Amino acid sequence: MIAEFGLAALWLAAALALLQLVAGVAVLKQGETASPAISALVRPSAAIQGVLAAVAFLALLVVFHQTDLSVKLVAENSHSDKPWIFKIAGAWGNHEGSMLLWVTIMSLAGALIALLERRLPEPTMIATLSAQAFTGLGFYAFLLFSSNPFERLAPPAPQGMGLNPLLQDIGLAFHPPTLYFGYVGLSIAFSFAVGALITRQVTPDFARAMRPWVLGAWIFLTLGITAGSYWAYYELGWGGWWFWDPVENASLMPWLAATALLHSASVLAARDALRAWTIMLGVVAFSMSMIGTFLVRSGILTSVHAFAVDPERGSFILALLAINIGGALTLFALRASTVAEGERFSVTSREGALVVNNVALSAILGIVLLGTLYPLLTEAFGVRVSVGPPYFNPVSAIFFLPMLLVLAVGPLLRWRQDSLGRVQKQVVLIAVVILAALAGVAFSTSIGILPLLGIALSLGIAVASFMPLIGRSILRVPLATWGMVVAHFGVAVALFGAACDSAFTQERLLAAQVGETTQLGPWTVTLEGVDPVAGPNWTAIEGRLSARYGDGRPTEITPQSRNFWTPPQETNEAALLTRWNGQLYAVIGEEGEDDRWQLRLWWKPFVTLIWYGGALISLGGLLALIGRVANDLRRRSVQRRGATRRGEQPS
Amino acid sequence: MNKVRWTFWVPLALFGAFIVLVGVQLFRPANDEVASAMIGKPLPEFDLRPASSTRPGLDTADLSDGTPKLLNIFASWCVPCAAEAPQLAELERAGANIVGVAVRDRPEDVAAFLSRYGNPYSRIGADDVSEVQLGIGSSGVPETFVVDGNGVITYQHIGDIRPEAVPLLLEKLREAGQ
Amino acid sequence: MNVPLKPKHQRLILVLIALAALIGAGLLAAWALRSQASYFFVPSEMAARPPEPGQAVRLGGMVQIGSVKTDADGVTVRFVVGDGEARIPVRYAGILPDLFVEGSGVVAEGRLGADGTFVADNLLAKHDENYVPRELEHMTEAQMRAAVEETTQ
Repeated sequence: MIAEFGLAALWLAAALALLQLVAGVAVLKQGETASPAISALVRPSAAIQGVLAAVAFLALLVVFHQTDLSVKLVAENSHSDKPWIFKIAGAWGNHEGSMLLWVTIMSLAGALIALLERRLPEPTMIATLSAQAFTGLGFYAFLLFSSNPFERLAPPAPQGMGLNPLLQDIGLAFHPPTLYFGYVGLSIAFSFAVGALITRQVTPDFARAMRPWVLGAWIFLTLGITAGSYWAYYELGWGGWWFWDPVENASLMPWLAATALLHSASVLAARDALRAWTIMLGVVAFSMSMIGTFLVRSGILTSVHAFAVDPERGSFILALLAINIGGALTLFALRASTVAEGERFSVTSREGALVVNNVALSAILGIVLLGTLYPLLTEAFGVRVSVGPPYFNPVSAIFFLPMLLVLAVGPLLRWRQDSLGRVQKQVVLIAVVILAALAGVAFSTSIGILPLLGIALSLGIAVASFMPLIGRSILRVPLATWGMVVAHFGVAVALFGAACDSAFTQERLLAAQVGETTQLGPWTVTLEGVDPVAGPNWTAIEGRLSARYGDGRPTEITPQSRNFWTPPQETNEAALLTRWNGQLYAVIGEEGEDDRWQLRLWWKPFVTLIWYGGALISLGGLLALIGRVANDLRRRSVQRRGATRRGEQPS
Repeated sequence: MNKVRWTFWVPLALFGAFIVLVGVQLFRPANDEVASAMIGKPLPEFDLRPASSTRPGLDTADLSDGTPKLLNIFASWCVPCAAEAPQLAELERAGANIVGVAVRDRPEDVAAFLSRYGNPYSRIGADDVSEVQLGIGSSGVPETFVVDGNGVITYQHIGDIRPEAVPLLLEKLREAGQ
Repeated sequence: MNVPLKPKHQRLILVLIALAALIGAGLLAAWALRSQASYFFVPSEMAARPPEPGQAVRLGGMVQIGSVKTDADGVTVRFVVGDGEARIPVRYAGILPDLFVEGSGVVAEGRLGADGTFVADNLLAKHDENYVPRELEHMTEAQMRAAVEETTQ
């Protein structure tokens, strides 16, 4: 019953999206002569559509919570013995459910802009909402015709097939939705861009209306990528934190585009420059979200995280991609030259620095995209390859490192026109920090060139990121500026962590008997014992290790090698011991000959800074978002007060 | 301005190339199912313990006793395996001798599965490490093989057995008996 | 702020920098992909035209029965990967994937040593019941199709 209710809500929501699109297009066609009755339909349909989609998603949550095994999706992905939190998470831990989540977030976001956004000219808003409805309709069709989450199973299954054990992890349960918030936030930016193109209203107001959505999406993407990287780090048991896996790249590419968009939108908002470029990035950012989803869902690229292969679904997403993105790019090609050239600026100016940032980010985006697609390209010629860190690391660093130099200096420059001479003192200080660090590290250790540059640059950026605060009263600094400072500092922190990890990690692989002790850097690790343990749906062997840092007190850590049933799968649960200056990472393997157990230990100095840095970057985004929204609200209430005052005067 | 104008078409062109590339790749491997290279070859040597208390286990000799058989690879945790249960029952009624291999399964789960969906098998071996499954060239569950009286694989059916596939399997079984 | 701007000029510089950077990125990527992409070999291909020693490649095939030996250190494993036509010895130091067994398929990432032994950095042997990596589709022995990269869902 609940499943049918949810399906009905979904159909109704799709119908409203159609109404929203038709009414919107009618209004745009008729222009000035449009009937107000029709244009009054657009915003309410967006709002009600959002509510209906939310109802449908709620219905799915309910059937999953009840473990209603007459619903096919539940039978395939859940199990009555699972903790309730994983039953709920099971709702989106599969293809159909995650697409419903996507559609729900998208229509809720559409409802929000329909209800709240009043800054832009009404035709632009109607064009924006029509674009949103158009994109939405494609996804509704996808759900209803090819991925119905509410499909019944007759007869009902006696028991569910369980949730993939690798997904029975609290971090991972909330990882995909986080990324989806990001992807879908970019769909709003996309709709704004298309709306602005249709009505040729590429103005600073457009950038200001779009910016909170880009910021919000970017915060979620940053959090999602950070969490995903930590998940891969502790769950896969390989000791690495980034594998350049196609699924990871699929989330990185929208982030790169969104980061570029964020910076170019702030140029457009503040200075009315980079108009066509910002529109282009708005289209590209959402394209990357969809391309990422396509690559992951179609199974066209093999990956550690690959979802079930289904060519039919793949072709459906590909068709959506071709229509939406192809349409938007055609519109761009036709209209971009009629978007008037923006304000001008000099090379050494805030805008100039942001252009460099944008170019570098776009170059990295292109490099990652090419690397991800290259196996597909060669396969068309019958050659099978895979592309990994030996390609991605050095090639992206060539653009990443210079970009970081500009990141250090750019925020110190003024808008429109400036000279390096004016900020000479700061530039010299940054240069001194970087060169001193370079020299210091290079002489005291012998590490690779990339980690060396990384450490030096991260120290330089850490100092430089706080320089925009110099000479200002700390309490008067706008929140958005604090956001920038915190986010840039976060980049320095994450970079320092990554560089230290790749430069100073120590690894030890051994077969140890119980009681055996080994040294690893500052650590003394003893294998105290190996025990069998059991969980709700797994059994495992668990190693008991006692680890001592220097002369400190020993701490017990317990890596496991787990065997799951329903469906059968085996995972390595790494044990982590965190100190302020790094992490000890331990994995246990099979029992070898003569009672020895395989152990793999890593000492990873400052590795945790990678994720703290990611968190700081998101926090910076959050501060900026709060600052921007508060500003908008203040401005709106001032305008309203002004309007009432003007209204009162004649009387 | 004219010089700039064509550059606005570059993104669309690149995107078009992308669509063509992935479109071609998407439709080229139209069939991910791979036919077993073991067809026409004798079964590898194996000896599996019983997967449930109600039926004996399975070894290579059982499959070369002169009668052609259907060898069904299944698992209690696999939904399509439950879906093909009526078709297996029909095959059994039609006189087919069906032996099962339960892949990576627990005895109690197998017992529950059989009591719910019926037990068309004369023997069921437990394949805990997918040894037999891999050995006979099966890449998924369920799959069904036709084995002649000398233990030689003559036909492979990939995926669950739909009602329309039943006559074909019976035909292949008859051919194997000749 | 009174310095006269030469806007056209400045704009041109930026556009040129941007174009140069993007085209450079494309060329660099194309060049690096040709040299850094890791090619996939089956043993007979590797025997017929071996890759440069030291170049990162992947080797996929079947672990020959009776070939797995563990060195005295307890962590270095030696085995032979074959495809029915050729056999390549492999050395791997690390924790073996759970589904690494003799007679089953494996994909090894690593490089060919000067002595003809393939030194693996990583082994992928996870088996998923419903999934076959495309690389193994055309191999000569049926069992090899079972060598599967680890998947979730």
